[in-house]
Amino acid sequence: MRAKDVLGRRGEDLAADYLQAHGMRIVERNWRCPEGEIDIVALDGDALVIAEVKTRKSLAFGHPFEAVGADKLARLHRLAAAWCRAQGLWMPLCRVDVIAVVDDGIGEPAVEHLKGVG
Amino acid sequence: MALGRTYSVALVGLNGYIVEVEADIGQTLPAFVILGLPDASLNEAKERIRSAAQNSGIPLSRRKITANLIPASLPKRGSGFDLAIAMAVLLAANDIRPTGRTVFIAELGLDGRLRPVRGILPAVMAAVRAGYPEVVVARANVAEAELVPGAQVRGYATLARLAFDCGADPQDLVLDFEPDTEDSGHPEPGTGPALAPDMCDVSGQAAARRALEVAAAGAHHLLLTGPPGAGKTMLAERLPGLLPDLGDTEAMEVTAIHSLCSLPSGSVQLLRRPPYENPHHTATAVAIIGGGSGLPRPGAASRAHRGVLFLDEAPEYDRGVLDALRQPLESGELVIHRSAGSAAYPARFQLVLAANPCPCGKATGKGVDCICTSIMRRRYQARMSGPLLDRVDIQLEVERVSLAGFGQPAAEEGTASIAERVRAARARQLDRLLPFGMETNAQVPGRLLRGSFRLDAPTTRILDYALERGVLTARGYDRVLRLAWTLADLSRHDVPDADDVGQALGLRQAAAVSP
Repeated sequence: MRAKDVLGRRGEDLAADYLQAHGMRIVERNWRCPEGEIDIVALDGDALVIAEVKTRKSLAFGHPFEAVGADKLARLHRLAAAWCRAQGLWMPLCRVDVIAVVDDGIGEPAVEHLKGVG
Repeated sequence: MALGRTYSVALVGLNGYIVEVEADIGQTLPAFVILGLPDASLNEAKERIRSAAQNSGIPLSRRKITANLIPASLPKRGSGFDLAIAMAVLLAANDIRPTGRTVFIAELGLDGRLRPVRGILPAVMAAVRAGYPEVVVARANVAEAELVPGAQVRGYATLARLAFDCGADPQDLVLDFEPDTEDSGHPEPGTGPALAPDMCDVSGQAAARRALEVAAAGAHHLLLTGPPGAGKTMLAERLPGLLPDLGDTEAMEVTAIHSLCSLPSGSVQLLRRPPYENPHHTATAVAIIGGGSGLPRPGAASRAHRGVLFLDEAPEYDRGVLDALRQPLESGELVIHRSAGSAAYPARFQLVLAANPCPCGKATGKGVDCICTSIMRRRYQARMSGPLLDRVDIQLEVERVSLAGFGQPAAEEGTASIAERVRAARARQLDRLLPFGMETNAQVPGRLLRGSFRLDAPTTRILDYALERGVLTARGYDRVLRLAWTLADLSRHDVPDADDVGQALGLRQAAAVSP
């Protein structure tokens, strides 16, 4: 496993812990289909949450949120629909969240959570 | 609080409007949106502001920033809003204290320096008039902003310094960055006071010298006709030197227009001397009158406001260009309409036209050398339309210089002593006309000339005769009266006598030789 993948994996673990700590239920992680990958699928009450996790070691190359552009956002929405189709169920409430993790490996990692983007 | 509010000024022509800048930070992915009809350069402000804030040590919020410029329907342009938007965003993020009714006008550099913008003078004037006397500008604009009476101007070199004064956390601020002041402005090359041409350089030409003095004394428009090399251009260039210094309000008007036109420069001072504009005869109507894409910009006629607009080789101009000047000659103002909006610029200039008598230029005196046919001459003269010439008080034929008057430059009277007589004549006019709200004889309406200032019948007999014969139009009649008053002011008469009226008629008709 390469260093960036290790960091990404750790960020996703932190994000999953964060979501659970905030009362959400993790349904699935790293779900893949030909169109791409969903980092975390969770349930927030009745709502289905498709969460994208972005992890950085520092802010030197910009904030993790800045890495989520319009294209990526559109793909996340398509992936949400793809996941529902794959499971054969329809969720009336469905949203895309983005979670930013800044973890320099020394101090306490910072987790920020934006709900219902785009 | 995720909402910040600051103020700036939007200029539409010379009129400024206070613009309220609201910034909101929304909890969603990073973005920067500017609302309120921004033009291309204002839309680029996003990138300038982000970099400037980052490099000043106070990075903007990593969320969605919405900046709204109110009133939203007023089109806004230019980079002068950079600072106001940046401050509003910092305020929304609680990085600084509220700035109250302070008006911010400056462009931001990527390194966080404040750069000067054009049109600071009219912008600050508008802010003070609207009741927002506290103004923050780039340091290179301070001198210009301080010309406005009542303005409380603060100048800063960098965004970091300003943020520090507004209560930002000094820990992260980049306060030791000190940009070169030379670098932050665009010093105009060679703006030092050029040696003004002096009247003592003009040899001979007694009649023309006299006409120039009268034109200067009464602010009358002037047409010089004569062969090439007679010295028409030389004479016209010396007219601004004869005019008195501008008063306080006039100087502000003139400086405001030139502040709009020039590149932003650190060395702005109040323009006390009447401006001189000398466009080439290929100029278009837009170049002379004003216009251009987007909001109309002032043209040469407005840049010559309170000064001299000299049109050399007047018949070579497009006829439309010359006739477009008729309206400002009457009203002293130009209102230009374009799809993006309309703008009004003052244009009370003194018009000086120079023309050759015919295409070959030799139809002067007896005109024996002239090779033009009478129809060619007439056509050439007709390029300056009757209605335009009717507005020109003094129409003078400049003779070729004779040997007798040539070659002793020291013998001629210099600009200084003529200007002194002009100043005295202007003072007499001011005494007489100020109760009526005017300053120069050229401004007196016909109603007054034939009313309160009516001359008795024997004095004006020669005029009445000219009017009856159809040599003079009714407007021309009034113009001769105005000239007569100026001649009286120059010779210290209380009212013009028949001699003044006769001379005035002569000055108006000297060039009216039938072709």
